[in-house]
Amino acid sequence: MMVQENTPILNTQDRGGPAQPLLVVNDLKKYFPVRGELFAKEKKFVHAVDNVSFSVSKGKTLGIVGESGCGKSTTAKLIARLINPDSGKMVFDGDGVAEYGGIDLKEFRRNLQMVFQDSFASLNPRLTIEQTIAYGPTVHGVSKLEASIQARALLQRVGLAPELFASRYPHELSGGQRQRVNIARALAYQPRLVILDEAVAALDKSVQAQVLNLLQELKTERQLTYLFISHDLHVVRYMSDDVMVMYLGQVVEKGPVDRIFSHAAHPYTQALLSAIPSMDPNKRTLKPPLEGDPPNPINPPAGCRFQNRCPKVKDNCRSISPKLAAVGEELDHIVACHLNLDPHTYG
Amino acid sequence: MGNALVRVKDLQVQFDGQRKIQALSGVNFEVGAGEVLTLLGESGSGKSVTLRTLLRLHPEKTTRIKGEIIIDGQNVLSLNDKALNQYRGHTTSMIFQEPGLAFDPVYTIGQQMTEALLTHEQLHTSTAQARALDMLERVQIPQARKRFDAYPHELSGGMRQRAMIALALICKPKLLLADEPTTALDASVQIQILLLLRELQKETGMSVIFVTHDIGAAVEVSDRIAVMYAGRIVEIGGVEDMVSNPRHPYTQGLLASTVRYENRGSPLVTITGSPPDLAHLPKGCNFAPRCTRAQANCLTEQPNWSTSDSTEFQCWYPIKTS
Repeated sequence: MMVQENTPILNTQDRGGPAQPLLVVNDLKKYFPVRGELFAKEKKFVHAVDNVSFSVSKGKTLGIVGESGCGKSTTAKLIARLINPDSGKMVFDGDGVAEYGGIDLKEFRRNLQMVFQDSFASLNPRLTIEQTIAYGPTVHGVSKLEASIQARALLQRVGLAPELFASRYPHELSGGQRQRVNIARALAYQPRLVILDEAVAALDKSVQAQVLNLLQELKTERQLTYLFISHDLHVVRYMSDDVMVMYLGQVVEKGPVDRIFSHAAHPYTQALLSAIPSMDPNKRTLKPPLEGDPPNPINPPAGCRFQNRCPKVKDNCRSISPKLAAVGEELDHIVACHLNLDPHTYG
Repeated sequence: MGNALVRVKDLQVQFDGQRKIQALSGVNFEVGAGEVLTLLGESGSGKSVTLRTLLRLHPEKTTRIKGEIIIDGQNVLSLNDKALNQYRGHTTSMIFQEPGLAFDPVYTIGQQMTEALLTHEQLHTSTAQARALDMLERVQIPQARKRFDAYPHELSGGMRQRAMIALALICKPKLLLADEPTTALDASVQIQILLLLRELQKETGMSVIFVTHDIGAAVEVSDRIAVMYAGRIVEIGGVEDMVSNPRHPYTQGLLASTVRYENRGSPLVTITGSPPDLAHLPKGCNFAPRCTRAQANCLTEQPNWSTSDSTEFQCWYPIKTS
């Protein structure tokens, strides 16, 4: 498995063709039990991820946005099976993940890699950079020599000269350099799907731009598919082809990036978009778009979960929980809101 | 500025340890009464160090401070212990990035606020409690009565930051230092806190020094912006001029590398390289090794302050105004 520089690698692993989604997630669910009083009558659960379904198209970037506690990171960890879901199924390029006759978990994990927010905590402090990158492939059966040649090539590719950096330890690098190492490590497995969980959130602005450029280049070069999780809407808008908005463990809206940013249909998405500070001193924000903090995900209310903060809340929002449905004629723009289905009654 | 509340002259801070870190090398600025100044910069640029020096929070044994800080007529660097205690909280107070760590976890919000009041003013406990409760209501904490008796961990992030602001403002300081108060918060909560700070500032007429790395947040709250790089202020000016007419290449680079939708599909403009090691600062302009406009003398001579009609900056070859 030699890596050739600067030439696009034709993905021989591609089987379903470009029309088949790379990853389909169905009804993913995870409730975390809350340790409560010993003799409490009701057991409490944090509804971290509640019936989340979506698909990621090949070669595209799906951005997932939402506030802290909305379940975006838990969703990422469930997909990578770093935590086991309570229920739900995944299909990776036509194969059921960890199912009979499908793709087994080890092979799936090789195809999927993750880059985390905390670049320091996700590197082993006792391994050199080269060892870190070469470690994974050897587990998957690549010889040590080959893995280390590949590691050095990858370091070169992410902009770290191997002769200077290969033998360094993580604490000897800056945050931006460490994040480049994490990206190189993820690529060492020749993955097809890379989950970027707030991968640029901890970086300074000038370094963040460098890493985003690198990610864009690698995506075209290696035909990668990204799942890009972030709370920074500027970055999501720049990076993504599709955007999915989550609120309290549920998907409230999903659609192409331009539709979401110009015709957001869910009141929560609208509020989130208008909470972006303006860059123009003459157009300062005058009124906060949302009051209060995101509510506690422990035993959320019946009906729509956004009801307590929604400016357009009506009676049946409190009893019936809205289902995802297409917005008008736009079939790939879906939203979970009663307003969408019955605009006349709600006005 | 005649009526400046804060005057900082040639402030230099060095941390001694295994390596000598030159955290600040000659910082000068003034803040007028009722003015909001934002210190904008990346990590390691010295913005938090500046704030902490203004409150003298650095351990004295390992910190060497040179220069002069005059706040409200007091020479901060020569205050004795007793005067320093009066100065902290009463003249100047501070809010931090992580309100969860700034509060004492074993006392209720109300106890901590009352304690601060009683330290500074001769009051009856019940009067102090009433004023603390009133302050909690002014920072728009719902059910203030209930939160008064709550412990810090019982509040959400946004609520804790509001309580932190209430605690900082309870003794009516003339200067508020805000060290990245919204960085750890969600977008919808961040804008609430920024608006609250702006409102309280107008109401009380205090001065604010606001530290952030987020240009958007800086534009929302400030009158003037000072951009810091490697322990120096490289450019300072009014908000509009800084955003529309930056003269220093670093300010321009910072603005250009901010992710915007318009550059979708094309690579972002970046500043190459990374900030210098503060233990081995370059001889000339600190930014020269990363600067595209740098000439030979940039590497050897530190640029002087230049004034244009829009901003003041330290650069030999500034960008022409458009």
